[in-house]
Amino acid sequence: MATITPAIESHSDGHSHDHDHHEIGFVSKYIFSTDHKMIGIQFLVTTLVMLMAGGALALAVRWQLAFPWESMPVIGKLLFSGEGGQISPEFYTMLFTMHASVMIFLVIIPILAGAFGNFLIPLQIGADDMAFPVLNMLSYWFMWPAIVCFGASFFVGGATAGPAAGWTSYPLLSALVESAPGSGSAQTFWLLGLTFVGVSSMMGSVNYMTTIINMRAPGMTLFRMPLTIWSMFITAILQAFALPVLTAAGFMLLTDRILGTCFFIPSGIIVNNAPETVGGGQPLLWQHLFWFYSHPAVYIMLLPAMGMVSDMLACMSRKPVFGYKPMVYSMAAIAGLGFIVWGHHMFTSGMNPALGMTFMTSTMMIALPSAIKTFNWIGTIWGGNVRFNTVMLNCAGFVAMFIVGGLSGIFMAAVPVDIYFHDTYFIVAHFHYVLFGSTLFGVFAAITFWFPKMFGRTMNETVGKWHFVLTFVGFNGTFFPMHLLGIAGMPRRYANPYLHPYLEHLLPMNQFITFSAILMGFAQFLLLGNFLYSMFCGKKVGRNPWGANGLEWSAPSPPGHGNFDVPPVCYRGPYEYSSPEAKALGQDFILQTTPPPEMPESTPEPASA
Amino acid sequence: MKKLWALFFFFWPLVALIVCWIAPDRGWWFPSEAKSPLGSRIDDLFYLILVIVTVVFIGTQFALGYVLWKGATKEEGSEAYFSHGSHSLELIWTVVPAFVLVFIALYQMDVWAEFRVKSYYPEETLKDGPMMEVKARQFEWRIRYPEPGKDLQNQPQPGDLYTVNEMHVPTGKPVKFNLRTDDVQHAFFAPQLRVKQDAVAGLIIPVWFMIEEAGDYDLVCAELCGWGHYKMRATIVAEPEEKVAEYIEQLQADQNYDGVAADEDDE
Repeated sequence: MATITPAIESHSDGHSHDHDHHEIGFVSKYIFSTDHKMIGIQFLVTTLVMLMAGGALALAVRWQLAFPWESMPVIGKLLFSGEGGQISPEFYTMLFTMHASVMIFLVIIPILAGAFGNFLIPLQIGADDMAFPVLNMLSYWFMWPAIVCFGASFFVGGATAGPAAGWTSYPLLSALVESAPGSGSAQTFWLLGLTFVGVSSMMGSVNYMTTIINMRAPGMTLFRMPLTIWSMFITAILQAFALPVLTAAGFMLLTDRILGTCFFIPSGIIVNNAPETVGGGQPLLWQHLFWFYSHPAVYIMLLPAMGMVSDMLACMSRKPVFGYKPMVYSMAAIAGLGFIVWGHHMFTSGMNPALGMTFMTSTMMIALPSAIKTFNWIGTIWGGNVRFNTVMLNCAGFVAMFIVGGLSGIFMAAVPVDIYFHDTYFIVAHFHYVLFGSTLFGVFAAITFWFPKMFGRTMNETVGKWHFVLTFVGFNGTFFPMHLLGIAGMPRRYANPYLHPYLEHLLPMNQFITFSAILMGFAQFLLLGNFLYSMFCGKKVGRNPWGANGLEWSAPSPPGHGNFDVPPVCYRGPYEYSSPEAKALGQDFILQTTPPPEMPESTPEPASA
Repeated sequence: MKKLWALFFFFWPLVALIVCWIAPDRGWWFPSEAKSPLGSRIDDLFYLILVIVTVVFIGTQFALGYVLWKGATKEEGSEAYFSHGSHSLELIWTVVPAFVLVFIALYQMDVWAEFRVKSYYPEETLKDGPMMEVKARQFEWRIRYPEPGKDLQNQPQPGDLYTVNEMHVPTGKPVKFNLRTDDVQHAFFAPQLRVKQDAVAGLIIPVWFMIEEAGDYDLVCAELCGWGHYKMRATIVAEPEEKVAEYIEQLQADQNYDGVAADEDDE
């Protein structure tokens, strides 16, 4: 720590310097801001808007599955006037492709890494900003070309067709323009959009790693970092190592489409009377490259939520996280194993069957750290002074849903069982339990929890609880029956499953699912309304409304430019709730910045323990 | 109110369990019993995992509900239990799941090997060549049988017999066929047989199954292949071997029929 001590001086110098000379104009404060907090909030607002857009696409998918080929009330006429308000099969294909793309690339990844990563990393480690503020700003603004490209892919294919290869974009469907009429430039725009979000994520990832390694406050050792920071750190590493593979693969697919390079196209294929392909490529290569990124991406979409939930559960149970180090190690294990399980998406793809066995074993192993985390979360609540507020309810929802998502994963990790379940609705149920049930409930909790730090006001509790209950009920009503659809053998991505007699009897269940989905979708207006209303009219609060321990709670709410009015020095771990030290102060929390009683406050040397 | 919330987290897993309990009776379960021996073994593995998972589900959801209930019923003003965790508990809940997971993984290997690893295929499928070629294309299944008495070649032969969306196979013996695609990726999915295999451009993939009971079975596509993905409906007709032979002869007769041959026979 001795090496860090001098930084206190320089840190506070730079800090006061900022305050003396920066008069920030509207544009550089709210639009092209380099302040990590503003960028975080920009990411948050953008992704919430995208969440609604992606949700609307999902509801359209659900409409078709509940009322196949029936014209949509009211909006059908506006959207598909050409087809008399009907969803055509081409349009249906585009709907689920774009639903997944928007939700994954424009909502889940940026809301975790972009919004909360940006907002929380400097505040929780006690830095005044990110290591590279301009790079940080660019990482937000590179989202917009991506949004424009994804948006364009809706329209360039004409009124009815767009990118039609699913978010996984398997060749040859995605590589041969002729195989999906109307998807020509739409698919190309989709790939460009993918490249832009990739660039955006990469900029964020480099920034997060550098910031976390170099800019921690004095005394903030690695094992005093909140689990949120650990999860963001591990996520950033995952992104840095996995993402280039997807970017490269995306470029190869792009050149296959527009330059005829044939990385993924074998010879002698004739589709829709197009000239025979020259060939030399292998479609399975794409699947390997794609999943080499996209499996770690699943953890990129989950780990930060796990970290944040650990923080919030400890705070709302007024008790330290159960097994801090096992939590850190299991996240590291998830990240490490995450790189060697991608083949479990390809059990039925025709790759060497021996690979299926190794990938099955590694996949089973990755369930282990997830199980450890679950037990630790329950252990964290155990014996706590539980506060049943919106944050806690969403966190408990996170744990409950993560259990379901984790357990259903075991079925498809087992190769023989996956032979049957692959590409059925069982898979759809599984990943929605993980990505919505876990990640989004974690995000809802995190929005409520850190809202006071963002805007200096709290969100409305009553509305927050209603939002939780309606979302929880709608969510389970939507996705739990999908397990049963999967067991009944209903394949994914069918515009009209009822063409097959063995699926006909599932129509009522699909209608029930659609009604639940509509409930869940409309419940999100409560969140948006609460967010907007509370931003301007919420109850004003001070620095530490939850009685939490992290460094961010020692800063003003909202923190000014440069974050901390007193340069923070960290004296202890982040979860010392109800500790004897805290009790000595007559409270059940103790800020990481509160000096231990026996040390005079002016000592610059932090505790060595 | 606190207690109500704790009960909420007890209540929903109960609903989930009840739904699963009544599902088979309501037809929300497998389309039928597995109609192939390998399929039955896949079902057995499914039920094994289902039992393990249900136990864990009840255990963990109950634990979650319990700790919430304890939190809700804690006396006002009492202190939270200060603890950073327990090494021995961590050890227990690392080692026990590890064993269970490794057991599940190892227990699956045989069925997978039998389905996909050639040296574990049933003997009959190794002796004979593939019975037919199933070629998926946007949006249908093309079946190519070799001329009776000849072996199937990878390249189409002059005497080959073709059908679309109807696959006749003998009952009571393993049937092996080559799976290919004409264009984009498709997947051969026979739900009642629990068979699924992708058809990948540029690859010829051998697949086998065995049907005991004569009857019609569904064949659908399980890999997104374009706008008509949902339309790739075909039938696997399982019938006694003689009937399949008859069917193929009939197919040959129909295919060779040129409208003249019959008259010549009469003379």
